[in-house]
Formats: sequence, structure tokens, C-alpha cells
Amino acid sequence: MDFFIDRLPLYLSGAGTTLVITLLGAALAFVLAMVVGMLGTLRNRAARAVATGYTETFRGVAALVLMYWMAFAIPQLTPYEIDPVFAAVLALGLNVGAYGAEVVRAAINAVPRAQIEATIALNMSWWRRTRSVVLPQAWAQMLPTFGNLVIELMKATAIVSLIGVADLTRVAQEQRAATGETIAAFTGALVVYFVIAQLLIVGMRLLERRANRRLGRLPASDTGLWALLRPPPATAIGGGRR
Amino acid sequence: MTWDWEFTGKIIPDLLDGLVVTVQATLLGYVLALVLGLAVALARRVPVLGTAVFAVMEFIRCTPLLVQLVFVFYLAPSYVSAFTVGVAVLGVHYAAYTAEVYRSGIEGVPPGQWEACRALSLPPHRTWGAVVLPQAIRRVIPALGNYLIAMFKDTPLLFAITVGELMYQASRIGGVYFRYLEAMTLVGLFFLLVSVPSAVLIRRLERRYAAV
Amino acid sequence: MPQYETPLGAGPGAGGPLIRFDGVVKRFGDNTVLDHLDFTVAPGERVTLIGPSGSGKTTILRLLMTLEQVTDGVIWVGGEPLSHMPKGGRLVRANERHQRRVRRQIGMVFQQFNLFPNMTVRQNITEGPVHSLGVPRGEADRRAAELLEMVDLADKIDAHPTQLSGGQQQRVAIARALAMRPRILLLDEVTSALDPELVTGVLDVLRTVAETTDITMLLVTHEMQFARDVSHRVLMFDQGRIVEEGPPEQIFGDPREERTRAFLHAVLD
Ligand SMILES: Nc1ncnc2c1ncn2[C@@H]1O[C@H](COP(=O)(O)OP(=O)(O)OP(=O)(O)O)[C@@H](O)[C@H]1O
Ligand SMILES: [Mg+2]
Repeated sequence: MDFFIDRLPLYLSGAGTTLVITLLGAALAFVLAMVVGMLGTLRNRAARAVATGYTETFRGVAALVLMYWMAFAIPQLTPYEIDPVFAAVLALGLNVGAYGAEVVRAAINAVPRAQIEATIALNMSWWRRTRSVVLPQAWAQMLPTFGNLVIELMKATAIVSLIGVADLTRVAQEQRAATGETIAAFTGALVVYFVIAQLLIVGMRLLERRANRRLGRLPASDTGLWALLRPPPATAIGGGRR
Repeated sequence: MTWDWEFTGKIIPDLLDGLVVTVQATLLGYVLALVLGLAVALARRVPVLGTAVFAVMEFIRCTPLLVQLVFVFYLAPSYVSAFTVGVAVLGVHYAAYTAEVYRSGIEGVPPGQWEACRALSLPPHRTWGAVVLPQAIRRVIPALGNYLIAMFKDTPLLFAITVGELMYQASRIGGVYFRYLEAMTLVGLFFLLVSVPSAVLIRRLERRYAAV
Repeated sequence: MPQYETPLGAGPGAGGPLIRFDGVVKRFGDNTVLDHLDFTVAPGERVTLIGPSGSGKTTILRLLMTLEQVTDGVIWVGGEPLSHMPKGGRLVRANERHQRRVRRQIGMVFQQFNLFPNMTVRQNITEGPVHSLGVPRGEADRRAAELLEMVDLADKIDAHPTQLSGGQQQRVAIARALAMRPRILLLDEVTSALDPELVTGVLDVLRTVAETTDITMLLVTHEMQFARDVSHRVLMFDQGRIVEEGPPEQIFGDPREERTRAFLHAVLD
């Protein structure tokens, strides 16, 4: 315990880096997921082909491979070096965004046909329908899987330690090397990761609740703190395609 | 510097060696995840043990695979190979996910099936072995398949603990020749070559089994 | 896509019928639901469509709302083609833009209400006027309040659809359709999804609309008394064709066709 208390500032700064990369990666993934997911629901063949190409490619290649490619192959192809944090954010965002795009596409397609027909009867434009009817309703359905994806992304940020970024994993590695205390060094990091994950879960559950309340559905059982802490459902990684 | 085909040809054998290790690690880890996951799913139904198992699995699910790998690698006695550590950690990590898949499958078996077993006074091993699990597993085959692909894509992490899989070979080649482009690109292509067809396969499985 | 040989100007002009079906064919795969259907509806007229299940009543309303596209033939609304548009002196398939412009005159109330669950009652009613018609927000709000007054739900303006009974939801849906100030209102079995005790409230609202406005209505209903009270004309359909038509007193009181008699006999018992 003393080991950990003495090194708390180090671990916290590592956790800060982990959190920043998580949030940046999640922001990029979110934008990509929304745009590509919506492209995938259009009638236009070219738009759908672009969406499929993106999702199949970036789900197919692991974030780690992508990150190494950007960090090491790009400097060889071009005169530019890519900042390791930037490479990591890009790799994670592209990878998780591909899973997210499938979630967005499925959620949009799951909005009942009757709702679309009502928007036609009110003569709404495509954009208006998407903004005020389709996305708000699909949103509630996307959130649970988004929650899982955020956790997966947070865990995946550990790979940045391999290209020299001083995140939580890197701090643990360095502390182990410096002290030889393997158990203490890594348990500390694992616990901090776990706490971050729980915070993200609670945050996502709050968003989910708000979304469901907006749709006028909040089951009575889904209240109280315990409900917020429930674990993510079964299909977290594979869940992209469900 | 641009793409060098001759160099590409030279490194392919090494990369294929790596690919073999990647596939071995994936398959062994997956078998472990399938078996252990089922054990966990069943253990979770036991009152106190279940809660404890659940807490451990939740912890495993919420922390990075990379850290778990490195941690166990340092803790393991020296006669245990890095490959063994890699397979074991992969298997346990993914068991935390497959356990949830099995659980949802078991919960999805209609109550009438349990009642029928009770009505026939079937012993527990027949209830589980002949009625519940066959139905539960059938409906989760696609979800389990998704985790096979996910696991395959996580095997590059094993290079962090010096397992000689694909990624390890690529970064070794990169370090030796100071050329990363060809090796890294090939790794990406290898992964695509396996992932895309298997995603198609899973979609077929889904059509076939998931609707049950 | 069939190109229409009909020269421009062949459609009904001002002063003619408001709705005209001109040889309309609708097929779903091999199933021909409407087979060269012709009929017209005058401005302000209220027409009830009756007929056995599967005879194509819903399909007619959905074609008018552009929820389905015709296989052949032309639908005219207010002297303009709805299913087609003029191009180079010919009629070609309408694009989305043309359909949006023409269908602005048409509103629809659905059997299952189809209120937007992510919006309050007020937002449901003002969404169309504000964003499709460009009515200023304040005016749309005022109009929403008036309409809710009319459907007797003034106190529910900030409620969510899920907090309302089926009958209340359907009255909101009627208010929502009326807020678009349609010239034509399509009503497809709007009371069929309701518990029996909630039907009267909805029908009373529709009676008020019929009495106080000159909106042209096309309705499909199994409420024969209501149909008799509000409609000017009844069309009896079977297998996508009009079997018989006439004023409600005649169709309900003295049907000439055997099929009409059999159908009414079956429903009225
Ligand atoms: N989207 C569709 N795809 C295929 N067939 C359809 C579709 N919509 C309607 N049909 C078919 O068209 C025919 C007419 O259907 P329609 O709904 O217009 O009948 P209806 O007169 O409204 O009947 P009901 O009184 O049962 O509502 C039926 O045979 C139906 O099966
Ligand atoms: Mg119908």
C-alpha cells in the first residue's frame, strides 16, 4: 500500500494521459460512427459502398497494427513523423469508429417504419426527419453498445505505452523496472483502470437514462444507484454486429 | 523511400512463420475461453461462489488485456514459456466475455423447457446436458464466433511479451532492416485477409442460428 | 419507368376535382392490388371507402400520401400530377422535390397514431408547421394550443405521448395533421386500434372537423353510423375495383350489388 501511496502522483498523471487519449479517441470514433453509420443507411449505392469499405477495413485490422503502421510506416512513406499520441488517437478512433458505425446503422434501421411514414405525412425533409425523429429515437438504442465500446477503447489505450507514451501502463512498467515490485506496480495500474472503467460505465448509464426518459420510457426497476453500476451486457467487442 | 518488392518477397517467409504462431495462439486461447467461459457461466449460478466469480470476471473485463499479459508474464516462473502465458491470459480474458454470452443464452431458454424437464423428473445432468445447454449454445453460436474474430485481432498484443507471432516478426524485421513499411503493411493485409471472410461467415451463422 | 404519353393540360384544371385517380395500377410483386382504378373527389367532399379486408383501401390512401408509388397510371391532386411531374411536355415519374411540394396539401392520420415518442405533445404538433411550412414558432404554438382545445386535451400540451391513452394519442395525432392546414385529410381506420370506450371521443372530434371545416376527407372506417353521418359519398371496393358507389343513405339503406349487401351484412352483425 505504501508503495502505491508514495507513487500516487505518478499513477495519477499516467491515468490523466490514459483518460485524455480515451476521450480524444472516443470523440473521433463518435464522429466517424455517426457519419459513416448514416452513410450506410442511404439508398445511394456509392455512399453505402464507402461505409462498408470503411467498417470492414478498420474493424478487420487491430488498433495496435494500425498504430504501428502510422507510427513507423508513415515516416518511411512521407517526410512526416506522426506524434505517438496522435497516432494512437487516430488508430483507436478509426478502429472503434468502425464498430460504432455498425451500431449507428443498425439503430437507425431499427426506427419503426411507421415513424418515417409519419414524417412523410408531415412533409418533413430528409434532414429534418433525421434530426428530429430518427436520430433521437435511434440514440437510445445506440447508447448501451456505445457504452461497451468506450470501455473497450479505454482498455485499448494501453497500447500507447508500447510506442513510448507515458500512460498508466507505461508508469506501471517503469515502476516495476525501477523497484522490481511486480505485484504492487501492476495491481496499482489495474485498480486505476478498473476505477476509470466504472466511472465511464456510470456516465454512460446516466446518458442512457436521460435518453430513455426523453422517449418517455423509464422502467421502474431501472432506478437507484445499483442500476447504474450494473456490468456491461454480454456482447461488448463482438457487439458491433448485433 | 517507397515500396520495395524484393524486400517484401524476402520477409514473407518470416511473416508466415509469425502467422502460424498467431493462429495457434488464437485457437488454443479460444478453446480455453470456450471451456472456461462455460464453467464460469455455470459457477455464477451458485449463490456465494457466483458473486465472487462475477466480481473477478468484471475486474478482468474492465482492465486492459495488455497489462494483464505483461503482469502475468513477469509473475510466471521462468520455465513457463511466453507462448503459454499468452494463451492462458487470452483465454481467461475472453472467458470473461464468453461467460456472459453463455449466460444470456441460458437465460434465453424458455421456462417451459425447464418445467418440462421437471415434469419428466430428469436428473440435472440430463436437464443441462440434453435440454438446456444444446438450446442455449445453439443460439449463441454467432456471438461466440464474433469473439473468435475479436480474439484473433487481439493476438498482436502478445508481441509485447515476446511471443513470436506476426506482429513480433514484423517489428523485429523493422528493427533489423530499419524498414517498417512493407512488414507492417503486410501484417495489416494478413489481418484483413482473415477478418473480412470470417465476418462474412459469422453473418451466415447469424442467419442460420440466431433466429432460434 | 413508364413515360406518360399524356400531354400536359389533360389533367383536371382549377374548378375540377381535387383528387383524381387516372388508370391507377398498383402491384406488389405479382399481386395486382389496384387494377386501372379511376375515380375523382371534389373539393370539400368527404368520401368513405368500404370493402372487405385486402380490397385495397389502405393502398389508395398510402398512394395519395406517397408512402407507396403507383405501378402505372397517374394520380392528380389539385390539377397537378402527384405521382408524376411534367418534363419536356411529358409526364415522368415525380422526384422527391416535386412530391414534397404537391403533398403539402395532404395530411394523414394513422391507425396506430404514430406520434413521435421523443417529443412532447406540443412538439409533435408544431414540428411540421415550423420545419416543413416555415410557420413562425409563436404562431405555431398558438395554433397548437387552439387545436388541443378543440380535441379537448388542452391540459396535455406538455405531456409525452407515452403518458396518454390511445384515444388521447389519436386526438393529438388529428391535431397534428390539422396543424399542417391540409386541404385533404386521409383517415385510415383511425379508431380500430382503440378500446371501445375511447372510440366515441375520437369520432366526436372528427365530426367537429367535418362540421366546422371544408377539408376534403378520404376515410376508411368500420364505424358505419359515423360514415353515414359525415360522408357525402361511399365507395364500395372489392379486389381493387369499385363495386358500387353512392350517397351513404343509398349504399347502407338500399345497396344494389350483391357483394355490397353481403359485405354490409357481414360487418353489421
Ligand atoms: N407492402 C406490401 N407488400 C406486399 N403486399 C402488400 C403490401 N401492402 C399491401 N399489400 C397487399 O395489398 C392488398 C391490399 O391491401 P390493403 O392494405 O390496401 O387492403 P385493405 O383494403 O386496407 O384491407 P384491410 O381492411 O384489411 O385494412 C392485400 O392483398 C395486401 O396483402
Ligand atoms: Mg387497411
